[in-house]
Amino acid sequence: MKNSYRKPLRDSAREGSIFRTRAQVSFLLVCLTFAVLGLRYGYLQVIKHEEFTTRAENNRVKYRALAPNRGLILDRNGIILADNRPAYRLELIPEQVKNLDETLDRLRELIDLSDRELERFHKLRKARRSFQAVPLRLRMDETAVARFAVDRHRFPGVDIVPYQTRHYPRGPDFVHVVGYVGQLDAEDLSNVDASRYAATSYIGKTGLELAYESVLHGEVGREKVETNVQGRILRSLDAVPPDAGYNLHLTLDARLQELAVKSLGDFTGAIVAVEPGTGEVLAMVSRPGFDPNAFVGGLTVAQYQALLDSSTRPLFDRALRGGYEPGSTIKPYIALAGLENGYLDLSTQMFSNGYFQLPGQSRRYRDWKPGGHGLVDVVSAIEESVNVFFYDLASKMGIDTIHEYVSQFGFGAATGIDLRGEAIGILPSSAWKRANVGEPWYRGETVIAGIGQGFTVTTPLQLAHAAAVLAARGESRKPHLVLRAGASAPEQVTRPATRVTVGKREHWEAVIEGMVRVVHGANGTAQVISADNPPYTIAGKSGTAQVYGLAEGEEYVEDEVPFHLRDHALFIAFAPAEAPTIALVVVVEHGGGGSTVAGPIARQIIDAHLLGFENNPVALTPAGVAP
Amino acid sequence: MNNVASALPRVMRFALTRPRLDLPLLAALLLAALFGLVVLYSAAEGDTGTVVRQAVRLGIGLLAMVALASISPHQVRLWSPVFYTLGVVLLVLVAFLGEGRGAQRWLDLGFLRFQPSEIMKLALPMMLAWYLHQANLPPSWKNLAICALLVAIPAFLIYLQPDLGTALLVAAAGIFVLFLAGLSWRLIASLAVLAGALAPVLWHFLHDYQRSRVLTFLNPESDPLGDGWNIIQSKIAVGSGGFAGKGWMNSTQAHLEFLPERSTDFILAVLAEEFGLVGIVALFALYLYIIGRCLWLASQAKDSFGRLLAGALTLTFFVYVVVNAAMISGLLPVVGVPLPLVSYGGTSLVSLLASFGLIMSVYSHRRLLR
Repeated sequence: MKNSYRKPLRDSAREGSIFRTRAQVSFLLVCLTFAVLGLRYGYLQVIKHEEFTTRAENNRVKYRALAPNRGLILDRNGIILADNRPAYRLELIPEQVKNLDETLDRLRELIDLSDRELERFHKLRKARRSFQAVPLRLRMDETAVARFAVDRHRFPGVDIVPYQTRHYPRGPDFVHVVGYVGQLDAEDLSNVDASRYAATSYIGKTGLELAYESVLHGEVGREKVETNVQGRILRSLDAVPPDAGYNLHLTLDARLQELAVKSLGDFTGAIVAVEPGTGEVLAMVSRPGFDPNAFVGGLTVAQYQALLDSSTRPLFDRALRGGYEPGSTIKPYIALAGLENGYLDLSTQMFSNGYFQLPGQSRRYRDWKPGGHGLVDVVSAIEESVNVFFYDLASKMGIDTIHEYVSQFGFGAATGIDLRGEAIGILPSSAWKRANVGEPWYRGETVIAGIGQGFTVTTPLQLAHAAAVLAARGESRKPHLVLRAGASAPEQVTRPATRVTVGKREHWEAVIEGMVRVVHGANGTAQVISADNPPYTIAGKSGTAQVYGLAEGEEYVEDEVPFHLRDHALFIAFAPAEAPTIALVVVVEHGGGGSTVAGPIARQIIDAHLLGFENNPVALTPAGVAP
Repeated sequence: MNNVASALPRVMRFALTRPRLDLPLLAALLLAALFGLVVLYSAAEGDTGTVVRQAVRLGIGLLAMVALASISPHQVRLWSPVFYTLGVVLLVLVAFLGEGRGAQRWLDLGFLRFQPSEIMKLALPMMLAWYLHQANLPPSWKNLAICALLVAIPAFLIYLQPDLGTALLVAAAGIFVLFLAGLSWRLIASLAVLAGALAPVLWHFLHDYQRSRVLTFLNPESDPLGDGWNIIQSKIAVGSGGFAGKGWMNSTQAHLEFLPERSTDFILAVLAEEFGLVGIVALFALYLYIIGRCLWLASQAKDSFGRLLAGALTLTFFVYVVVNAAMISGLLPVVGVPLPLVSYGGTSLVSLLASFGLIMSVYSHRRLLR
C-alpha cells in the first residue's frame, strides 16, 4: 500500500545519487583491494624473491651421481680379462615415488621381480639417501626393457638407465684369481665410503676384483640436471665427470693360464706358475672353474646352491686355499736343511734297504720301492726319491730344525700374495703341535715329515713360491699378481727381496742337480717327460699327497681305490735349471702318481713358456713311473 | 564493410552498423585478453592450437558482447524473470540429472554441455535488479526479505551440487545489487558481524575436501606433496618471478609441470613468473581501469535496473579477479575460480564478455529509454 502510494513520487535523482555514492565507495574498496594484492605480490616477488628463487631452483635442479667406469683388468700382454659393457638397469628413486608398495606391486605385474631382488632392493634403499637411485634389477633383457618403456609414464620415479656392466671375456679360466663383481648391497655399502658409491651398482666380491676394489672403482662424478615434476631428467646443466678406475695390468700370462686350464683337462686341481726372482705370478689356476659372468647378473638361489653343493667344489680356490700334503715335493728342502745344517755333506752315502726303523721301535717305515735303492747319496736320493734316506735325515735333524730351516721357503705362513683369504697351511714343529693338538711331538712324526706326510699341509701357491725361491738360489720375493695399476708408464712396484740363508752354494746346486736328474737322470722318477730331449734342462720333483692313510703293511693299488680316495699327484719344477724363468707346481687331485699325470702337464707349460706357444708339443704320453 | 555486414544475420548487421560499444572499455578488455593469449601460449608450452582455440572463443565472446550491447536494457529487463526462472529450473534438473566428477554440476543437453550455475551468475543480478527496479530505493525490509529469498534459492541449489565457491560468488552478485541499491550501512555492519559469528557453524557444514582446503591454506607446508602442493608451487612461481620476471616462455614452474592447472586457474602464476611484478601491476592496472570505467558507465544509466545490473556485474567481475589473484598468492584457499579474461576456458570468457556487452548496452541506451 505504502509502496504503491509512493511509487509515482519516486525520486530518481536521489536513487541516482545513492548509486553514485555506493559506486564511489565500491571503487575505493576496489582500489584498496588492488593495493593490498599489489603489496602481497610485491612482498612475494621482491622481499621473498630470493627464497622462492631458491625453491624454484630446488624444484628444477637435481644432482645425481655419475658412476665411474671400473678399471679394466689385463694380462701382462694387454689381453683383456675383465671389461665393461653397456647394459640397462631398472632403478627407482624413493623420493619420487608416492606409494612405494603399490608401485612395486604394479611393477611386478610387468617384470617378474623375485622376492630376493626385492629384499635386496629394500635393504639397499634403507642404506642410501632417498634421492639416490636404488637398482631393482641389473642387466635387464631386451624384452623387459621394451615392456617397461611402453608403461614408463605409469611409474614416476622408476626408470631404465644405461650403465656399464662387468664382463669377463675369458670366463671360467681366470675366475678364481680375477674374481668377480656382484651387485652392491647394503652390507657392502657399510664397508665403503657410501658417497663414492652413490651411483655404483657393482663391487668386487672375490679375487683381484675384491683385493683391488679401491684401485679399480674410480671416483664418482656429479651432474646437475634439470628435471620435471616427475623427476625425469630433461637436460644436463653442469657436470663433474667421474674419474674412471685404474686399469690393472697383471703379471699373469693369459696364454699360459689358458694352456694350464686346458692341460688339466677334466681333472680337479691347481696350477701355479711364478717367475723366480721377481715373484710375478704367471699363471694361477684352480679347477674346476665357473662362469663369473653369471654372478654379475645375479644368480638365482637354485643356481648358487648347485655351485655350493657340487662335489667338485668349483667355488673353492684350490690354488690359494687348497691344503695338500706336499709329499715328496718337500724332499729338496729337507735335503737342503740337512746339508746346510751339517747333518750330511755331498759325499755322505747311505744304504737303502727298503725300510727304516727308529732305534728301539719295531715299526717299519717303508720305501716306495720294495727292496730299496741300494747305496745313495743326496743327489741320487732326490733323483730316485729315496724315502729311507729322508726318513733317516729327518729323524737325525729333529722336527724343530726342519721347521726352522724349511719355513724360510714360505711354508706354514702366508706368502703375502695380493689376494685375500690365502690359506697358510701347516709346517709342524713341536711347539705347533703342543699349541694346536695339545700333545707332545713323537719321533715317528718326524720320520714321515721327512717325506712331506703327517701334519704338513701346503697350498699350491706355497709350493710354487718355494720352488721359485729354490730356483732363484735363495732370493725370495712375495708372489704378486699386479704388475702395475693405471695407464701411466710402466712402474715396477718395488717389492723388497728377502734372502733365504745360503750357507754353501754347492749345497743348493747339488739339490738342484738332484732335481734335474729327476727329469733327465737315468733313474729319475720323472724321466718320462724328458724322453724327447727338450732343448733345456728342467729341475723337478714329483710328489704324492695321500688322501687317506694306509695301514702298516697295506698296499696302495690305484685301480682298487675309489676315485675320490685316490692320491693327489703333485709336481714342482723350474726351468731352465741353470737360470730359471719359471717355477711352477701342478696339483692333480686324485691323479695318482705325481710324475705320471702332473709331470707332463708341467712340461707342457714350461715348453710353452720357454719355446713359445706356437710349437707347443702335445701332451706326452704318461708311462707307469712311480712318484 | 557493407559487403561483410550484409553477409551477417540481421541482429549482427544492426549491431555492426550501429555499434553501441564503449570503445575505451573494449580496448582495455582486448588488451587484457591479448595479454592472456600471450601468457597462454607459454603456459601451453607453445601449443598454437590451444591459443587458436582460445582466440576463437574470444571472437565468439566479442560477438556475444556486440549482440548484447545492441539489445536495449528494457528488453533485458522484461526477460529477466524468465531467465531467472529458467536458471532455477535447470539447477533443479542438475540436482536430479546432472553429471560431473564428484559433484553434479554439468547438464548434458545432447548438443551442449554446460553448468547452469554459470547462467545464474547473470540471471540472479538481473532478477534482483528487475525486482528492485520496481521498488523505491533504498529498499524496504519487505523488499530485502524477498531479495534474500531470490538469492537463497539458487545459492542453496548450487551449494547442494556441491559447489560452495560458486554458491558464494552467485550470492555475492545478488548482495552487490542490494549494496548498490542502498542497503543501509548499519545493516551491512550487522550482517558482517553475523557472518563472523556464523563462521564456526559454517565450518561444521563444510565437506571434508573443503575443510582440508581451508586447513591447507592456513598451513600449506603441513602437506607439501599433497593438498599443500598447489599453493606452495604457485607461490614459488610468483616469488621466483621477481620484479622483472624470468621472461616470456621461461617459466620453469610451468614448463617442468610443477604448477598445476597452469593454463586455467593458475595462469596468473605463470604470468607472475614470466613478467614479474611489472606484469602483475600492469594487469592489475588494466583490471582497475576496466572496473572504474564500468562503474562510471553504470552510474550514467537512467534507470535503476541498468545501474544496478551494470554495477553488480562489475563488482562480480572484480570479485573473480580478487579471489583468483588472492588464491595464486596464497591469501585465499584454493578455489576453482579462473582469472577473468586471461584463463583458458570458453564458458567463463563468453559469459564475461556478454556481461560487458550488457554494461555497454546500459550506457549506450541511456538516452533511448522509454
